[in-house]
Amino acid sequence: METGSPDDTGAAGTAKATRDDPVWTGLPPGLLRMRRLLLVVWLGLLTLAAGLLPGLFLGPAWAVLALLPLGLAVWGWAMLERNWRSWRYAERADDLLISRGVLWREETVVPYGRMQLVEVTSGPVERHFGLASVQLHTAAAATDATIPGLDPAEAERLRDRLTELGEARSAGL
Amino acid sequence: MTTPGEEETARGSVAPGEDPAGGGSVAPGEGPAARRSVAPGEDEARTNCPASGKGEAGTGSPASGREQAGTSSPAPGQEVPSTSSAAPDRLAERRLHPVTPLRRAWAPVAVLVGWAVHDPDQAQRQLTRLTTTHLLLGLALLIPAAALYGFLTWWFTHYAVTDTELRIRTGLLFRRTAHIRLERVQAIDVTQPLLARVAGVAKLKLDVIGTGKKDELAFLGNDEARALRAELLARAAGLAPETAHEVGEAPSRQLLRVPPRVLAVALLLTGATWGTLIAAALVPTLLWLATHNLWTVLATALPLLGAAGASSAGRFVGEYDWTVAESPDGLRLDHGLLDRAHETVPPGRVQTVRIVEPLLWRRRGWVRVELDVAGSSNSVLIPVAPRGIAESVVARVLPGVTVPAGPALSRPPRRAARCRPLWWRGYGLAVTHTVFAARYGLLSRSLALVPHAKVQSVRRTQGPWQRALRLADVRVDTGANKTVTARLRDADEAAELLRAQAERSRTGRRDALPDRWMA
Repeated sequence: METGSPDDTGAAGTAKATRDDPVWTGLPPGLLRMRRLLLVVWLGLLTLAAGLLPGLFLGPAWAVLALLPLGLAVWGWAMLERNWRSWRYAERADDLLISRGVLWREETVVPYGRMQLVEVTSGPVERHFGLASVQLHTAAAATDATIPGLDPAEAERLRDRLTELGEARSAGL
Repeated sequence: MTTPGEEETARGSVAPGEDPAGGGSVAPGEGPAARRSVAPGEDEARTNCPASGKGEAGTGSPASGREQAGTSSPAPGQEVPSTSSAAPDRLAERRLHPVTPLRRAWAPVAVLVGWAVHDPDQAQRQLTRLTTTHLLLGLALLIPAAALYGFLTWWFTHYAVTDTELRIRTGLLFRRTAHIRLERVQAIDVTQPLLARVAGVAKLKLDVIGTGKKDELAFLGNDEARALRAELLARAAGLAPETAHEVGEAPSRQLLRVPPRVLAVALLLTGATWGTLIAAALVPTLLWLATHNLWTVLATALPLLGAAGASSAGRFVGEYDWTVAESPDGLRLDHGLLDRAHETVPPGRVQTVRIVEPLLWRRRGWVRVELDVAGSSNSVLIPVAPRGIAESVVARVLPGVTVPAGPALSRPPRRAARCRPLWWRGYGLAVTHTVFAARYGLLSRSLALVPHAKVQSVRRTQGPWQRALRLADVRVDTGANKTVTARLRDADEAAELLRAQAERSRTGRRDALPDRWMA
């Protein structure tokens, strides 16, 4: 595209036509299930503790404290879904797009040629739910390009594809 | 460059070439260390080989290494595969300058002083008990021990230059071999601390991403350091291996020299200098009035005085006689009053350039120029210079770049004032066909320039308050771990900018210089 003139920062109109609309992919529901389960487990324990301990030692009225973690769990249940929905990625011809965040939105573009290393990681809990995350590293540490909660097969496909594309378009620093 | 190929050279060259005797013992430990999951363009240039020192460390391995290097036994299996053109004597390992052992001579003294300061009472009691015989005995033990340690570290440190690598082999018990790839060199520094200047020696350091303090060659003879720098640069540039050895110093042309008077005035007009000086004078005085406790005052005054000294006199001494010169193998920066430093940045290595304009300099039209090179600690390009001259130097550093003038920068929309009142006026952005330029700062203005070819990734971020105002930030990440941010742009403009910048940084690569800029 033409970027010759020094004052084309606002030239949004001219480039609109050439835009190739990215095909966005969301995350599989496994991640949401896992996060919700973790939320229920931890906040459930906390609710029990907050209800039982003050209830036993200070008097039954103090058991109301249990409502606090309970409320948090209900709020978190909804928030987790919003957050999960906000994650999406798109593989374009020359770069990878990752978009995420509800309140603090972030959209990252990493050209394939800049990738130094692609990592697929999977912790014990993630493995139990059949999930894996893909992380891209460039020479800039600030590039935080992670796609969490992918299907392992998809994660490996993505890794192989990214590596292959990166090799084809490889560039130094 | 593909992954397997790189591993092959790294491993192949270590095992057979370097260690004919102990090859078997090295190999098992080395495989996993060298093997990493690496994608294309990986810049990890070193291969550390923590060889098991067993059976090797004590048994005169240097002698065998020496022998091998000197006679370079022409057994076919021992030749490094890729460097077939290298004459055998070229691979000869060299040692550092013989004064090197002395650099650590102060270490035992420092330990003693540290112990005395840490526990003064105990030290005094010990001192009174000390008799002359004890003292002599102690010295008789300490001096040979220190001398032996210094001698052994020197004896066991070797370096060699091959066509593509600088190899440093060191360590008595824990062996360490670093292979630094020359085409990945980001900068070469030759520094001379004051004492080293007296002794006529210098330190040579290659900046490659991932190298540390351990990978500097300290010390080399003055002429040797210069010759080695010229040779390394010539090889890094991709000159023919036969000529690289004797090309010598590339001719350089001086672009700029900062007069000491200008530097002094510039430092006097810097807010930070006065800020630290005033703090160093005020805080201890107030503390003395409040507490009348000498130790508290000393404990706060000393660090403050140190900071004040570093930001005024220290900067003057460090940036004294700052010279910027241009040569075919890169940009030369020479500076220093007591410690002299000679830095060389090969072409196409600069990731970001910042033009800083402190408030009090503005009337005189002076600017300070900083630069970021990946893996290098050098950060100043010009400590102070008139704007026009500074811009012409920047044009040399980033070829084809013209620094956008103040009016060419587009400001954020007016509603940005509700997000960052007052400060929003300092923000500005200009995108030319070569650079992404973002300005920030109200009093001390700073304009950061990133060539499109150096952009690693682009991000668009938006907080809740910014979203309500339809604003967004665009962040550009570079390889020197610096992020340049265009703050508070219109949201649609930012989205377009994100897309266009990704496109530009991709196409910008094509015009960029190759890693070996003369090949």
